[in-house]
Amino acid sequence: AARMLLRLLSDVRWRAANPKWRRMTCSRRSTSSTAEPHPVSLPAQAQVVICGGGIMGTSVAYHLSKMGWKDIVLLEQGRLAAGTTRFCAGIVSTARHASIELKMADYSNKLYQQLEQETGVKTGYMKTGSVSLAQTQDRLISLKRIASSLNVMGIPCEIITPKQVAQLHPLINIHDLVGAMYVPEDALVSSANVSLALATAASRNGVQIHERTSVSHVSVQKGRVTGVETDRGQIQCQYFVNCAGQWAYELGHSGEEPVNIPLHACEHFYLLTHPLKEPLASNLPTIVDPDGRIYIRNWQGGILSGGFEKNPKPLFTEGRNQLEIQNLQEDWDHFEPLLSALLRRMPDLETLQIMQLVNCPESFTPDMRCIMGESPTVRGYFVLAGMNSAGISYGGGAGKYLAEWIVNGYPSENVWPLDLKRFGTLQSSRTFLRHRVMEVMPLMCDLKVPRWDFQTGRQLRTSPLYDRLDAQGARWMEKHGFERVKYFVPPGRDLLDLDQSKTFYKPDWFDIVGSEVKCCKEAVCVIDMSSFTKFEISSTGDQALESLQYLFSNDLDVPVGHVVHTGMLNEKGGYENDCSIARLSKRSFFMISPTDQQVHCWAWLKNRLPDDSNLTMEDVTWKYTALNLIGPRAVDVLSELSYAPITPEHFPSLFCKEMSVGYANGIRVMSITHTGEPGFMLYIPIEYALHVYNEVMNMGQKYGIRNAGYYALRSLRIEKFFAFWGQDLDAFTTPMECGREFQVKLEKGMQFVGQEALLEQKQNGVYKRFTMFILEDHDTDTDLWPWWGEPIFRNGRYVGKTTSSAYSYTLERHVCLGFVQHFDEKTGEELVVTTDFINQGEYEIDIAGQRFQAKAKLYPFSSLFAHRRRKDEVELSGYQRE
Amino acid sequence: FYLTPPQVNSILKANEYSFKVPEFDGKNVSSVLGFDSNQLPANAPIEDRRSAATCLQTRGMLLGVFDGHAGCACAQAVSERLFYYIAVSLLPHETLLEIENAVESGRALLPILQWHKHPNDYFSKEASKLYFNSLRTYWQELIDLNSGETTDVKEALINAFKRLDNDISLEAQVGDPNSFLNYLVLRVAFSGATACVAHVDGIDLHIANTGDSRAMLGVQEEDGSWSALNLSYDHNAQNEHEVERVKMEHPKSEEKSLVKQDRLLGLLMPFRAFGDVKFKWSIELQKRVVESGPDQLNDNEYTKFIPPNYHTPPYLTAEPEVIHHKLRPQDKFLVLATDGLWETMHRQDVARIVGEYLTGVHHQQPIAVGGYKVTLGQMHGLLTERRARISSVFEDQNAATHLIRHAVGNNEFGTVDHERLSKMLSLPEELARMYRDDITIIVVQFNSHVI
Repeated sequence: AARMLLRLLSDVRWRAANPKWRRMTCSRRSTSSTAEPHPVSLPAQAQVVICGGGIMGTSVAYHLSKMGWKDIVLLEQGRLAAGTTRFCAGIVSTARHASIELKMADYSNKLYQQLEQETGVKTGYMKTGSVSLAQTQDRLISLKRIASSLNVMGIPCEIITPKQVAQLHPLINIHDLVGAMYVPEDALVSSANVSLALATAASRNGVQIHERTSVSHVSVQKGRVTGVETDRGQIQCQYFVNCAGQWAYELGHSGEEPVNIPLHACEHFYLLTHPLKEPLASNLPTIVDPDGRIYIRNWQGGILSGGFEKNPKPLFTEGRNQLEIQNLQEDWDHFEPLLSALLRRMPDLETLQIMQLVNCPESFTPDMRCIMGESPTVRGYFVLAGMNSAGISYGGGAGKYLAEWIVNGYPSENVWPLDLKRFGTLQSSRTFLRHRVMEVMPLMCDLKVPRWDFQTGRQLRTSPLYDRLDAQGARWMEKHGFERVKYFVPPGRDLLDLDQSKTFYKPDWFDIVGSEVKCCKEAVCVIDMSSFTKFEISSTGDQALESLQYLFSNDLDVPVGHVVHTGMLNEKGGYENDCSIARLSKRSFFMISPTDQQVHCWAWLKNRLPDDSNLTMEDVTWKYTALNLIGPRAVDVLSELSYAPITPEHFPSLFCKEMSVGYANGIRVMSITHTGEPGFMLYIPIEYALHVYNEVMNMGQKYGIRNAGYYALRSLRIEKFFAFWGQDLDAFTTPMECGREFQVKLEKGMQFVGQEALLEQKQNGVYKRFTMFILEDHDTDTDLWPWWGEPIFRNGRYVGKTTSSAYSYTLERHVCLGFVQHFDEKTGEELVVTTDFINQGEYEIDIAGQRFQAKAKLYPFSSLFAHRRRKDEVELSGYQRE
Repeated sequence: FYLTPPQVNSILKANEYSFKVPEFDGKNVSSVLGFDSNQLPANAPIEDRRSAATCLQTRGMLLGVFDGHAGCACAQAVSERLFYYIAVSLLPHETLLEIENAVESGRALLPILQWHKHPNDYFSKEASKLYFNSLRTYWQELIDLNSGETTDVKEALINAFKRLDNDISLEAQVGDPNSFLNYLVLRVAFSGATACVAHVDGIDLHIANTGDSRAMLGVQEEDGSWSALNLSYDHNAQNEHEVERVKMEHPKSEEKSLVKQDRLLGLLMPFRAFGDVKFKWSIELQKRVVESGPDQLNDNEYTKFIPPNYHTPPYLTAEPEVIHHKLRPQDKFLVLATDGLWETMHRQDVARIVGEYLTGVHHQQPIAVGGYKVTLGQMHGLLTERRARISSVFEDQNAATHLIRHAVGNNEFGTVDHERLSKMLSLPEELARMYRDDITIIVVQFNSHVI
């Protein structure tokens, strides 16, 4: 946590020594802590050192100690719960879009509820409920989607009318509302006291807590944490946990081995008032008015109201800065739009007297999700920070997952959306972060519609063809900093501008993508797929093959020139990565993974490959431009550009050959397409990219070639039931659960990671099954479109959620992919999912509260596969990804 | 008679012009962000001129204000021609050769300047050929002279000023067979103009000044306040050094008659100027040119009149004084303005008004509730009112317009008084000159990211 000592809030139990921000050295006045006494000196060693005594640090300490780890030291540079935690508005809200965030918030709520009883520390927990207001129909749809998610998780929640809103809160003006969502179990707490309670419990369990101790840097040897240096001496440790909140970035960069934690602070304001004449009841629900960008909770008979303005004020871009700290004052002019929104929502508050405008910096991340997990470069270095102003809601759950991660090696839920390794060094530029958080903070209140892209921090990584494609009407999205084409707007065609194009219904690009799909099916298209992560692994002897055989589930001992689709599994058989590997020679392999695997996969392999100088792994992502030639005429185009025979006899499916295309030599051509259509992937050394592209386009003209984008690709892969890692597949999904047994060679003559778990699954059956759903009574033009995360109902009972969806232009239906589980009707216990169970059910998909009939399928439509070229390809596979 | 605020605005904004240096890849790599300029006439027609251009064959940007007297002909000519002379003076030998070869063989010429002009800023079509020939003679001489040394900006500015003034003088002496042009070159030579020109290249700022227009730098102090730094000296009777210089250049016997009533020879306010051959040519030459000139010239009492105590011409020069300044991060903007502005406003006020306008921070005290009893409604009213006030400041899109509004409309409290503004702007033509002079302003904003 931070050195933030703003003004005293009276629900915090400690007396603040300073009215304003000040150096801790100026405020050495000793105030006894209620949490624990001051030990005199630091221990020389500990198993875990946690830096930061805010809600995150104390929650991690609490959960670690609960799990039986006792040798833990928590260091706080100021006082416990004195940073952002102290000034947190204390709203525990489960209304979250992402399911992992929802689970964390739900757990936190339940944890805080019993914390006072457990620890004897008053937490101020009050179950008030929350009401999220909708001023527009689109907002109401967004709320209904959340409500669907909450309901299937067993969290009470209902969509209510404006009249009902008025009954729940006496002051609220409802004339401009179209509806609202009521979550009765949301709560209010004093966040500082929750943090103290967690610290108290942790310290009873043996955790040592040292206040006024600053970590100067973390010592690393051979890529492992060995200890920390503090202003009060050294502590040797095996694990370090960075919970330094808005200072986490700086702390991450203070060591010799920098750990990139991309977050940036913004000023955040909220208002406190004196009590009303007739003080507000303490159980009045919290009001969230996202269209007005504000939240309002009752606070000591008055109100506490803050919000997320459109023009945030980022700060500490260049690191901790005394001047900026001193300048953190109330900025009423800046707060004016929020105050207007407040008075519009509750006009009767006009006469209410102001107590204070609090300015409390919050840290934000590049994608609005928090950051947790182990550093990809330093083992034993864990991070939990960047809460995007939802620290108190996530605190309990996030601390629990991180503690599990440290103790067990992995958390009990799929936390990939929050994993530190989704970022690389490329998201660590301060300029990038400053610009991005200025976009992220207002987004907290903006409508979250499908397929929106960040507008800041763009055009960072691009293909050499970027300008060519852009000139041809390309519209771009970004993945891991890489610009990728969504679709090409034909000349003369105008699309809606960004704000107006936001919709939950049929988007304006519908027929544009449709024509690209048609061209892929009937002629040939070219898609730039350069963003894929590409590694080369080679060795002097058999080390590469042996290591890969152990780390990957499929058999990689194939003849040179073959391409193998395989999972990179963890011990539980779950997908850590899903990739294609080409055997270039006896001793070298070329591996292609999804774009956002660049950091994760690298770290995973680095940590597991033997430390052998004869075995090398290189990230060659930047060296190759990847063009996907897709469609029945792809073979004709390629034939004309190369003297090498391309016919199926000479170049069967799943082969890789190095050949020349046009004048350019050394192009790696693979007979795979990532969509199930016939075609080729061309991996082109970047300096030849423009040449090869021009040749392909010129030659392709007579075959009707055109550019296509990722939206077409997505529609193609989803209608063919191809799963995509990061969207459908994650570390908790095994090949057995998604019909990919054929990509696992259980008897390849040697052990591999995940083998045991898979064998067990093979024997006992699976508890969830990847299934394809075709929406039956859904009108593409007038009904809400599915996105992902929609609940699936079987015979009226909830069985799982969708993971991705797309409109199939071929089937002229929406296709949703998702996992079906089987819960015992009485106990709720998870049962084995059999083929019969899937096939013998009536299914419905819930889109924002409206249910659509769906047909379930375990295998794709064979009619969609144009032709088979190799016998062993008959297995209808999901070997693809986006 | 009362002008409504929109009427006032349409008068104030009639001549405003803004230029933003184009960004490359989302970044402006130039040390100049852009400039705002504007002029408000008092004379009819206005005798002030302004120019702005980017040098295309060398780096840098040129900006200038020109205050004409005895008509606008000279100011007009200088505003069209001076930047070409400066640009040519700055060109390396090879480029000059290239240009000359192109002209020689009738090929397209490399563009030398990119002008940034308001539609009202015109160039005379008729004289362009004449002007071009003079310019070409100049660069031919430069080619012959080829010193091989790199061009020093200060020297280039001085040479350009002197050369142009010399050409103006020569053209009038030689005359032109075309009677319109003949009359034009004579009008140019017999009228006068001061010039204050800025050349910005990276952090190097050169100001060349001839006469009593002024260049001033707006500097932001560490505490955020604004101060002014003069980058030119007025060439008039208030400048002791200038009076000293004039006296040095003439025999002691003339000491008393040189400066009378704060004017050169009792007639001319600026002590340096372009044109004004009446203060430069010998009496014989003046008589010969006027007599052989067109009737219009002969009928003009002013041109025929010889200044009193006219013994040892020239009394006047166009040679500029050049100040070089290295831009610092705290240097935020440059104001070039004719004396019409400086007569009404102190430079310190100019610095503050422009500085606050450009930063958009009006150093309104931030509101603090402190221990006072304030209700949400009261606070809301206060904030709405503050916002309205701020947005009224922003009704000017142009810093020069904003400055003119203050220069003309400021009351004794230093705030714009609409009634006063309305009165000043609705003065009849013949009276306007009594209350105010032509005002021309260029505000150049520097790029703190580069400096």
